[in-house]
Amino acid sequence: MALKGRLEDFGITQLLNLINLARKTGTLYLEGAQKSSYLCFREGKLIYATLEGVDDSLPVILQRANVFTAEQVRMIQTNMPGKTDREIAQVLITSGRLQQQVVVKSVRDYVLDLVYQIFSWGEGQFRFEPSKLPLQGKIATSIALENVIMEGSRRVKEWERLQDELPDLDVPLKFADRPTTPLRDVNLSVEEWRVISFVNPSNTIRQIAQFNSMSELQIRKIVYSLLQAGLVEIIRPPRPVSMPTPATRPGVTGAATPASPPPTAAQMQRPVVKRGIVQKLISRIREL
Amino acid sequence: MQTLKIVVTGPFSSGKTELIQSVSEIDVVSTERKISREAERIKQQTTVAMDFGRITIDDELILYLFGTPGQRRFDFMWEILSEGMLGFIVLVDSTRPETFREARRILDTFRSYSPVPYIVAANKQDLSDAWPPEDLRIVLHVEPEVKVVPCVATDKESVKQVLLELLYSILELTDEE
Repeated sequence: MALKGRLEDFGITQLLNLINLARKTGTLYLEGAQKSSYLCFREGKLIYATLEGVDDSLPVILQRANVFTAEQVRMIQTNMPGKTDREIAQVLITSGRLQQQVVVKSVRDYVLDLVYQIFSWGEGQFRFEPSKLPLQGKIATSIALENVIMEGSRRVKEWERLQDELPDLDVPLKFADRPTTPLRDVNLSVEEWRVISFVNPSNTIRQIAQFNSMSELQIRKIVYSLLQAGLVEIIRPPRPVSMPTPATRPGVTGAATPASPPPTAAQMQRPVVKRGIVQKLISRIREL
Repeated sequence: MQTLKIVVTGPFSSGKTELIQSVSEIDVVSTERKISREAERIKQQTTVAMDFGRITIDDELILYLFGTPGQRRFDFMWEILSEGMLGFIVLVDSTRPETFREARRILDTFRSYSPVPYIVAANKQDLSDAWPPEDLRIVLHVEPEVKVVPCVATDKESVKQVLLELLYSILELTDEE
């Protein structure tokens, strides 16, 4: 029986929690707003993941992990056409060019990185196909989901905080007139320099991200740190005149919100009826 | 004459009216109205105050089944309906994950009204895209002591089983005479 639904109603965290607690084996197919992905699980553990548009061949994963250069990857692909990741790994390990632990760690890091990207998906469709594992020669890993859920949730929170701090990416940046930190004392990373080089009133933050092939999360993090350091400022558009919003009606409340936590099953109150009466009810309902 | 009450609650369109209709000996006194909100137009009518079904136990004892209104704007009725209940059933449409969050909210709210026994009934288990009861247990954070039972609200035998499971839970907590 396939579980399916919308991510708006049932988020990634809840899905992973369900798969973990129910120790499910199968594949979770996700159709996000822009991309699709699938994650494979064995007995509640994450074993593989793919994301549309991301090359998941082993040589490329190893290049991303800085194990191989682009040139080495090209050579491997030329010399071993049509081979699966497992076969490539076997050749590289037996020839002594690679250690097994390096392969395992690189695949694990790739899978984790991909899953953390998916955590930010707030809309789309999902479908869980039990017992189906489309691995096709891929190298499976085994990652406990508890830590993934915690780290993913932390990143989502960070993402939400950054969105609160920097809600609009379609605004340009300018250098601060009077930087709070003396520029000579500032140590910038390569990525920060790349962003700084595009700071100009004619470039929006979104455009700077596009020029540098950065994700929204990456650009938000960098711009936020530059703003906090007082190096750049946002050029705010003129504020439109806002209409006063109607005040909440006094005395009108929403759902009855429990003032204290509800009792647990163990704290259930003894019913006010006698046992004989409940037994009468049971007999009568059986007869219906 | 003694009267007892079981409340059937759950999200909008989870099948509460059908469940009560399946076992009530009277035509359910249903206060249904045509749906006016576009977003909630997945069925023609909805319950705006309550459903009311009856099962006569003997000359001196009657069991009433009260169904709560499913739409959120009538939830001020919930506490009134829950007064003096023997137990309650949270009915969930197992094919609509978009309602699970609401089901959890309702479950927590009813638990806060009165610490009486309750069960969760996973409705529409006859459909191929229904989520299994054990997955609903996890999703709704239902404690292991509380039953999550499969259900088809239009099937009398299935509804009888739901009521019996709730009554067994109540029986476990009653005093020996």
